[in-house]
Amino acid sequence: MTVSLIDTLFEGLRIEARRPWRRAIVSRDSWKVASTHLAEGRLSLLGLWGDGSTVNMALLDEEPLDIGVLTLACADGRFPSVGAVHPPAIRLERAVRDLYGLEPEGLPDQRPWLDHGRWGVQHPLGAEPSALPAAVKYSFLPAEGESLHQIPVGPVHAGIIEPGHFRFTANGETVVRLEERLGYVHKGIESLMVGADLERGARLAARTSGDSSVAYGLAFAHAAEAALGLQIPPRAAWLRALMAELERLANHFGDFGAVCNDASFSIMHAQTGVLRERTLRAAAAGFGHRLMMDRVVPGGVAADLAPAGAAQVRELLAEIGRVFPRLVELYDNTASLQDRTVTTGILKPALARQFGAGGYVGRASGRAFDARAATAYPPYDSLKFDVPVLDGGDVNARVWIRIREIEQSVGLIEQILAGLPEGPLRIRAEATNACEGLGLAEGFRGDVLAWLRLDGEGRIARCHLRDPSWFQWPLLEAVIEGNIVADFPLCNKSFNCSYSGHDL
Amino acid sequence: MRRTLFESLVKSPLTEASPGPDDAALAELAANVECAARRRLGRSLSIREIDAGSCNGCELEIHALNNAFYDLERFGLRFVASPRHADVLMVTGPVTKNMREALQRTYDATPDPKWVVAVGDCAADGGIFSASYAVAGGVHAVVPVDLHIRGCPPSPTQLLKGLLALLAQS
Repeated sequence: MTVSLIDTLFEGLRIEARRPWRRAIVSRDSWKVASTHLAEGRLSLLGLWGDGSTVNMALLDEEPLDIGVLTLACADGRFPSVGAVHPPAIRLERAVRDLYGLEPEGLPDQRPWLDHGRWGVQHPLGAEPSALPAAVKYSFLPAEGESLHQIPVGPVHAGIIEPGHFRFTANGETVVRLEERLGYVHKGIESLMVGADLERGARLAARTSGDSSVAYGLAFAHAAEAALGLQIPPRAAWLRALMAELERLANHFGDFGAVCNDASFSIMHAQTGVLRERTLRAAAAGFGHRLMMDRVVPGGVAADLAPAGAAQVRELLAEIGRVFPRLVELYDNTASLQDRTVTTGILKPALARQFGAGGYVGRASGRAFDARAATAYPPYDSLKFDVPVLDGGDVNARVWIRIREIEQSVGLIEQILAGLPEGPLRIRAEATNACEGLGLAEGFRGDVLAWLRLDGEGRIARCHLRDPSWFQWPLLEAVIEGNIVADFPLCNKSFNCSYSGHDL
Repeated sequence: MRRTLFESLVKSPLTEASPGPDDAALAELAANVECAARRRLGRSLSIREIDAGSCNGCELEIHALNNAFYDLERFGLRFVASPRHADVLMVTGPVTKNMREALQRTYDATPDPKWVVAVGDCAADGGIFSASYAVAGGVHAVVPVDLHIRGCPPSPTQLLKGLLALLAQS
C-alpha cells in the first residue's frame, strides 16, 4: 500500500470525521508542516476557512487523489499564516481575519479584504463581533518608475457585469501592475447559513453565484449527503449531471462569444448568443427554470425531466451539431481575431499549479484537475468523457478548452439521455445528530468546494463555500502584466471569474 | 463566415414578436410616475445597468435581452456604458453595504429626468439576503424606485414586458 502525503499528516491523529475525507485537529507544528508542503508544491490548497475559534484548511493531493482537512484551534485567536509561505492563501486569510477576527501571524498583507468598513460591525462571524469598526483607508500597492500613470476602474463597470475595482498602473499602453479590490458584493452568505435548515441552505448556495447555480447546488448537496451518509437514487444523480452539463454549455457558449466580442468580432457573439438562449430554453422546458435554480437539493433533485424537455434537449444537441463546428472553424480561420487571442495574457503552468487553478484557467495551463474525473462522483464514474488540457496558457488556449468542453458536454448529455435510469428522484435528507461533510463539484468555472457542519437539530452550524475564482482572480493580475490595456477585457473575459461567488 | 452571413440573409429572423407591456408594471408606473414624466418616458430610452450586489443571475437574463430572440434595441431601448448617458437605471441585487455609496453616486451622476427600475426579488426587498449584516436592503432603501420587475431571476420576457411598460403612452 502506498502512503500518501496526506496519510503522513494524519499519522497518529484522532480522525474527527471521514465524510468522505478525513479531518483531524492538528498542532501548530503540523499546521506549519502542511504549509511547507503547500509552499513546496507537494500539495494544493483546496480551501481555508474559519469556524468559531478554529481555522481549517483543505488539502488536495492530486496523484493519487486524496483530500484532507486540518483544523487548528487558535490559541489567543492567532494562527501561523499559510499565506506567509504560500501566496494562494493570502486573500483567504485576509477574509478569515475580516469575518472571524482570527489573526494570521506573519501574513504579508495586513489590509482587510471583504470588510470595507461599512458593515457597522467588525468580525461578524467571530466569537465577539465588535460594534466599532476601525476606520479603513485602503492603500493600493505601489508601482514606482518614470512615466507611470494609474487607471482606476469600477466598482461600477461599463458593461452589464458585476462590480469590483481594478487599479491599473500603466506605462503608456503597457500594464505594469494590476491590482484588484473585491468584496463589493459581499452579502454575508456564510452568516445567513448559520441556523438555516438544509432547504434554505441549498437556496442560499444556489444564489452564491447565479451562473453556477447547479454547481453550487451540487457541491452543497454533496456535502450534506456526505454528512448524513446518504446515497441518492441513481436517476437523481443522472439528472443532476444533465443539469450540470447544460449549465456548462450555456456558460461556455456565452464566454466564447463574449471573448470574441471583446475583440470586436460581434458575429460570433450573436451566433453563440443564439446557442446559449436555446440551451436555457431547453433547460426551462426540461426542469422549469432557465438557470435550473433550486432543482438540485440535498437527497436528490426537486424536478424530473419533463418529456417535452427531453425532446428539446435532443433538438438542442442537433442544432449544436449543425452550427457549432462552423463557428469553431470561423474562430480558427479569422486572422484578426487570432491576432488578439494568441499569445495574449499567458498564464504560466507553474503559477496555475501553485494556485491550484481549476476549470479552463487551470486546464489551459497544463493543470488537468477536474472534480468530475478526479473524484468520479456519480454518474461520471459510468460516463465516458475526456478532460481536455492544453499548455499554451493564453486567451486562445482558454477559448479552446471551452470549445473542447462544449464537445465533451454534448457527448455527456447524449449518454445521459440514452442511459437515464428509472426510479425515485429524492430521498429524505434530515439530520438527527451533529455531523459534517465536505463536497466538491465541477462547475463550468472549476471546482466548487462546500464544507458543512450540522448541529443535532437539523440546522446548519457552519457552511463554507469556496468558489474557484478565489484561486483565479490573483492569476488574472499576473497574466495581464506586460500586456496592453486594450487586451484586459479579453484576458478578463477569458477568465470570467465570479465576483459574487468570491465575495460571498 | 460567408455561409453564416448568407443564411442570416435568407432565413427568417429569430426575433420574436413583442410580448406587450406588463399590466402590473403599467399600474405601478401609473401610480408612481406623474403624467408629464410618463409622456417623456414614452420615447427611446438609454439604460444603465448597475449590479448593487446580485448573485449575477439577473445580469445573465438582462444580457439575454440583447440576443437575437429578444432584440431589445428594436424598441428603442439600449444599454449605455455610463450613467451620464442614461435615462433609466436598472438596478439588481440586494444593495450591499459595500455597494451603497457606489449606487448612490451612480444615481447622482445620472442627469434628470431619470427613472429607476429595480430588477429581481432581491432588488425589491433584499430577498433571501435581507437579514444579513452586509445588506442595506432593497434598492428603494438607497434610491427612489419607479418600477419593480420581480423574479429570481426574471426571465427576459418578464424583463421585456416591464421595460415596454416604460414606453407605453398612457
